[in-house]
Order: sequence, then structure tokens, then C-alpha cells
Amino acid sequence: MGVDPRALLTILLMGAVIYATRAGGLWLASRVEISGRLEAWLGFLPGAILVSIVAPTVLTSGLAEALAALAVVLVALRSGSLLGAMATGVVAVVVLRGVLGA
Amino acid sequence: MEKERTNAEEAGGKVTFTFAGALEGAKRCLPIEIAGFAIGLVFGVLAGQAGLSAAETVLMSALVFSGATQFVVLGLWAAPLPVVAIVLTTLVVNLRYVLMGATLAPWYSGLSRLKAYTSIFFLADENWALAMGEHARGRRDAAFLIGGGLAMFASWTVSSLLGRTVGGALEDPARWGLDFAFTAVFLALLAGLWRGIGSDLLPWVVAAAVAVAAHLVLPGQWYVLLGGLAGSLVGAARYGR
Repeated sequence: MGVDPRALLTILLMGAVIYATRAGGLWLASRVEISGRLEAWLGFLPGAILVSIVAPTVLTSGLAEALAALAVVLVALRSGSLLGAMATGVVAVVVLRGVLGA
Repeated sequence: MEKERTNAEEAGGKVTFTFAGALEGAKRCLPIEIAGFAIGLVFGVLAGQAGLSAAETVLMSALVFSGATQFVVLGLWAAPLPVVAIVLTTLVVNLRYVLMGATLAPWYSGLSRLKAYTSIFFLADENWALAMGEHARGRRDAAFLIGGGLAMFASWTVSSLLGRTVGGALEDPARWGLDFAFTAVFLALLAGLWRGIGSDLLPWVVAAAVAVAAHLVLPGQWYVLLGGLAGSLVGAARYGR
């Protein structure tokens, strides 16, 4: 139990650094006039970031992950339910990994 | 280009910050809170194995509030603690937040500094993605992000502590498909962000290609930053054509 001073220092620094990354983009972007091409760039960022987060898992893990991803997208488009889509993905990936022997 | 999409503030009216908006964020983030709880239990168990006390585990979950970062750092957690390596890793793993924070600037410009910079503490991939989807659909209540963030924060800190103190059985999230839960959430949110072939196909293909390539050759989470930058820059380069 308790807190080791060196561990405390490490955790405090981690907290400071990660807050700086969270606040830094907002701070920088609120300093400049956002219009035209910059505005278009910010509009493209969410999709591009999300695609980048999922692409390695979906495209390089294996057939089970790729097929489960397809199922998730279909459920999301049909139902619009985030919980339903997540449950579909979790169940599908477990079943497919079992069936495909991954 | 679809102007109305990016000039949403003008089309969608005034930015607000209400309790109802925060509650809505917490409700919409429910699947993430559930999956996060399970992942938090696993984190608590592994933190114990890495030598963190219960107090250190909760403190890290509360101050860092980032699953990806905390799992990566556990791999470095050994006596004597490599403080500099851990802090630099934290920075590199989270540079993508700089981009995410920037996307919030148009929405948050109408808020007081206190509200904006308190809300941004609770920025995570999931509530950010959900908030951007809501924003694209016309929501202007900026408390949505912090509402989801606070609920995720509660789920994350409580489950970390539980995992650290009473956990032990949960060790392989892949066995329950939990490793895929967040991928599923992101995919569902992506489905809602699609604006059409003419607008998004090329940026998304570029983002995926760069992310996969970076994932293969670079350690850590650089692939998110590089893929996100490449895809969005390709989109922006076509601006006005």
C-alpha cells in the first residue's frame, strides 16, 4: 500500500504531459482564425483519425477481425445503436475466432 | 465541398453548456463505460503484477485517464522506475490528442476558459469520437464531451481499484473479445461520420494505408497520428476544387 515518492513523481509527470497534449491542440487552434482550408482540414480529421485507429486491427489481424468489423458496420448503419454494434462486434469476434481457429 | 458541414456553428446556432447536455453525453457513452469497466479491471490486475500499490493504481487512472497509455507504461514499470522513458512514452502515445483537441476549437470557442480547459481534461478517444459525430449532426451543447468523460472517468477509476484489490481471474481480455470492444465502438462511430464517396473515400483510404504501414514499421501509437494527418491533409488539399 502507500505511494512510493518516485512512483508519485512519475504519475504526476505523466498526468501533466497528457493534459498538455489534450489542452495543447485546443489552445493552438483557438489562437488562429479558423476558416477556409484549415477549417476543411479540421473537418477531415475525425474520420481520418478514427480510420487510423481501427485500420491495423481490422485489416491486419486476420479474417475473424475483418468479418466482425463488417458485421459491426452493418449493424451500426441499420440500427444506429452503439451498444448493439459493440455487442455484435464482441460476440462476432469471439465466435469467428473460435470457428476460424484463430 | 459541403460548406454546411464545417461551418456548423453558423448553421446550427449558439453553443451552450448545460447539465442536460452532460447527462446526454454520459448516456450515449454507456457502451464505452461498460467496456471500459471491464478493461479497467484488467488494468488493475496487471498494475498489481507490475508492482503498483492500490493508491498508485487509482492515482494513475485518475490523473492519466487513458487506457492505452497506462497499459503501455505498465510494460516499463520496473524498479528503479525509468521516469524519463515513461514520461516520454506518455507524450508520444498521446500526441494524437493534439489533433483531437484542435478539432474541438470551433465548438469550444464559445465557452469560458474554465469550462473549455476543464472539459478537455476528460478528452478520450471514445467520448471525442462520439462528440464529433453529434456535432456533425448539429448538436451545439458542448457539455456532451465532459458528461461522457466524467462517466467514463468514474467507471475507469473504480474498475482499476477493484481490479487491483479484488481482481485476479481476469487476465486475458482477448478471451472474451473485449480487445475488440473499442474497435467495434470506433467502427460504429465511423459509419456515422461517412459523408459520401466524393468527400471521404480518398482521405479514408490514405489514412488506412498510412496507418497500416506505420503500424508495421513504428512502435507505439505513431500510426494514429501519421494516418490521421495524412488522410486529413489529403482531404484538405482538395479544398476548393
